[in-house]
Amino acid sequence: MDKQDTSDIQASDARPVLEGPDIARVLTRIAHEIVERAKGADDVVLLGIPTRGVFLARRLAAKLEEITDRVIPVGSLDITMYRDDLRMHPPRALARTEIPGDGIDGRLVVLVDDVLFSGRTIRAALDALNDIGRPRAVQLAVLVDRGHRELPIRADYVGKNLPTSLRETVKVQLHEEDGRDTVLLGVKQT
Amino acid sequence: MQRHLISAADLTRDDAVLILDTAEEMARVADRPIKKLPTLRGRTIVNLFFEDSTRTRISFEAAEKRLSADVINFTAKGSSVSKGESLKDTAQTLEAMGVDAVVIRHGASGAPYRLANSGWIDAAVINAGDGTHQHPTQALLDAFTMRRRLVGRDAGIGQDLSGKRITVVGDILHSRVARSNVDLLHTLGAQVTLVAPPTLVPVGVETWPCEVAYDLDSTLAKSDAVMMLRVQRERMNAAFFPTEREYSRRYGLDGDRMARMPEHAIVMHPGPMVRGMEITAEVADSDRCTVVEQVANGVSIRMAVLYLLLGGNEPAVSHTRTEEK
Repeated sequence: MDKQDTSDIQASDARPVLEGPDIARVLTRIAHEIVERAKGADDVVLLGIPTRGVFLARRLAAKLEEITDRVIPVGSLDITMYRDDLRMHPPRALARTEIPGDGIDGRLVVLVDDVLFSGRTIRAALDALNDIGRPRAVQLAVLVDRGHRELPIRADYVGKNLPTSLRETVKVQLHEEDGRDTVLLGVKQT
Repeated sequence: MQRHLISAADLTRDDAVLILDTAEEMARVADRPIKKLPTLRGRTIVNLFFEDSTRTRISFEAAEKRLSADVINFTAKGSSVSKGESLKDTAQTLEAMGVDAVVIRHGASGAPYRLANSGWIDAAVINAGDGTHQHPTQALLDAFTMRRRLVGRDAGIGQDLSGKRITVVGDILHSRVARSNVDLLHTLGAQVTLVAPPTLVPVGVETWPCEVAYDLDSTLAKSDAVMMLRVQRERMNAAFFPTEREYSRRYGLDGDRMARMPEHAIVMHPGPMVRGMEITAEVADSDRCTVVEQVANGVSIRMAVLYLLLGGNEPAVSHTRTEEK
């Protein structure tokens, strides 16, 4: 998700819409949904989109392993160099792309991200996947869907639908990166 | 980062670390079935080579193509330069064609600087070696190779080379590789020692941020990396040492000398190597010698430089990484 939308959040008027236990419950539900829809999840590969999507993917993989008793391949997919707004900003630092050893050919790839907003990140991710292999199918799991799509993209698994206005910001904080689990809804500073 | 890459001395520590970190991610593209990124689609890059080169030119070309840029190759041989065209006119021709970047190698020190600062062209200028002045991407790929081998591939991310002892041996006088390496390695916190016969040490070396020694054997035991340089016969117009055999005996790296280096230490060479002169076949073919690795790393480094200079609407700012953390 776009860094610009979260960086200028005001701590004072940001209010939590999901707390730690909610996030854990939501991920458990998504894990069960994946197993149900993928009929056992035996060919699932989870790919998180940096930064926070990667942590969510790892957590989901742990839950899936609990449910299915199998090792679930999990990796990361950096989409920086596939972005459609590269020419509008200075180049960004790259994050890690780590594809699990067996690759993604013929597998069911579930992309994992924290917030689904314009859909442009996911479009870039689909392009990136195209250069890495040919999955059997690609699905999308997000913690928060805040609406305002600019492309015909939808999520297969949604943690929480959060109707927002464009003046609002959604910031996901995760323990691994920010020291606590929460989703904050704030107002953009002007 | 500045808009051009003319000298390794222009890079700050943060710029250099950002380039090395970016190159580490670029290196992963080489392991994929489709070794291509769409990042520089629609950008035109000219490789302007007034001097012979295989390694550097091919390396730049591979990097440009992996980033999907349109590549135009220009070599002085067979061009209008042989008919007497000046650098200015060549530059203006390129400008008229609308190029976004010029990768230039030139026999005259300062040619890339002139091209970047003359107002002849708008494009970003990347120095691919100018006379005996600078070869910044070579220094970057050397630093990248050192960081990978001496610090570690993943452990090295975000790190510089502080405390590492690097020895550069050979024809310092004619070497742009040595100059670039001294500048960059100093910026990255390494201690550099130059070793050469006194005749091959340039005037003014005392102002460089490095040590100078004339005896190879005494420095070997305290080196984490030893970089051997080729004796550049094509630039030599005087007798700098009595015979090649004597040079080779005193400043060449053979198996015995390599055995005296610390166990973790590596042997580097920017290529092309002259086996039997500055390096023996035994050393060149050993596991400790990183020549082939340096070539592979060169493509990753050049991809990183091209991405950071041309990937956005302006060159990358080196604090991006820490800001996003």
